[in-house]
Amino acid sequence: MSGGTMPVRIKVNGRPFDLEIPPHHTLLDVLRDDVRLTGTKECCSEGECGACTVLVNGQAACSCLVLAVELDGQTVTTIEGLASDGTLDPIQEAFVSTGAVQCGFCIPGMIVAARQLLASNPNPSRAEIQEGLAGNLCRCGGYSRILDAVALAASSRR
Amino acid sequence: MRTFAYLRPPTLDQTVAALADPEAKPYLLAGGTDLIVRLRRGHLRPTVVIDTKGVRDLHDEIMPVGEGLRFGARVTMTSIIGDARVRKHFQALVDAASVVGSVQIRNRATLTGNICNASPAADTVPALLIYEGVANVVGPGGSRSIPLAGFFTGPGRTVLGRGELLESVDLPFPKAPVGAAFGRITRRRGVDLATINLCGLVSSDGTARFAFGAVAPTPLVSSDESGALAAGRSDAVARSAALRGLFANARPITDVRGSREYRAAMLEVMTERTWQLAAARLNERLRSSGS
Repeated sequence: MSGGTMPVRIKVNGRPFDLEIPPHHTLLDVLRDDVRLTGTKECCSEGECGACTVLVNGQAACSCLVLAVELDGQTVTTIEGLASDGTLDPIQEAFVSTGAVQCGFCIPGMIVAARQLLASNPNPSRAEIQEGLAGNLCRCGGYSRILDAVALAASSRR
Repeated sequence: MRTFAYLRPPTLDQTVAALADPEAKPYLLAGGTDLIVRLRRGHLRPTVVIDTKGVRDLHDEIMPVGEGLRFGARVTMTSIIGDARVRKHFQALVDAASVVGSVQIRNRATLTGNICNASPAADTVPALLIYEGVANVVGPGGSRSIPLAGFFTGPGRTVLGRGELLESVDLPFPKAPVGAAFGRITRRRGVDLATINLCGLVSSDGTARFAFGAVAPTPLVSSDESGALAAGRSDAVARSAALRGLFANARPITDVRGSREYRAAMLEVMTERTWQLAAARLNERLRSSGS
């Protein structure tokens, strides 16, 4: 079996994909190279930086720490799946209007992590936002505006 | 990452058989948050990875069992943190599970994975030790239950034999009212491994049980029955001596996270603080149940 591929059906952003995947390919590999969605970023590859954060069945996960074959039959949401009909998600809007995006590399992971945070806690305190994004690093150091953006997104939803 | 075969057996028997296969170099996959890092680094080179997520008899639920709770093999840190029964009876475990990695890690990392990884710094293990957790193990020879205090044999090593896996963990409800607390020191607040970690439990019968991580090759657990650590006691000299006795077997080493001397100094500080919080929580519990 080593060296071969396995059939995997994953629903990404509502669309089913039937793929043949080697077992050692991560969800991150498959999203970028097979599904061709490159919004999810590869950075540390060991679950420290959060750049590769996606939602697996609605729960934030580092896609670098998940084998794609683990997710047969499951649902994944990436940064590309947040906007609908050309309209940005309120969290994305808030990142733009707050000026939270500098180089932008960490932002997809930040926004997906914020999405789970606001889904489970629609009215987070500053400390809760910090905790919810503790698994996401920004090398530009743009944390204050990122936190502002999540707070703004929370208040605009109310 | 090197390639491997991936198995997703539907039954426990097939899982045990795959693990016990003498032709294979198998490794068990639960949450994957440690395993996949080690696969990528080449530290582990299994020929087959066996995923627990399809196994019917390995549960992702926390179930009542006898006078306690049973944590199935696939229970994640996030489910522990969100469970009202665990919060009520095993607060220090919730506190420990809450600082493992990040939200992304806690959503997938399992309690049994944290145990079987057998890191001396595993954050949930001191909590499981003060609550007298028991490991339910299944393997080719059948099932056996092992107190977690005797589960670890060295860094990354446990008593699990070839073909054995951790099916669940039981935590008995404490018999008397207790207060418990978790403490740890890390270099940064989020997403870091513990320089030291510990849990303390103070019981209304005057006894105390503490467990320490990252200060010896395996997590340490010890008890004090002198009464010097009872929640109401104000004799700081006797208390300090009793607390020092609890970590007398600690043998901290110097590594990237801290020096031997720093760990030894912090043991003293953190043991006192953890006792203070555990005793305060016991007093609070006794007050609220008495009123």
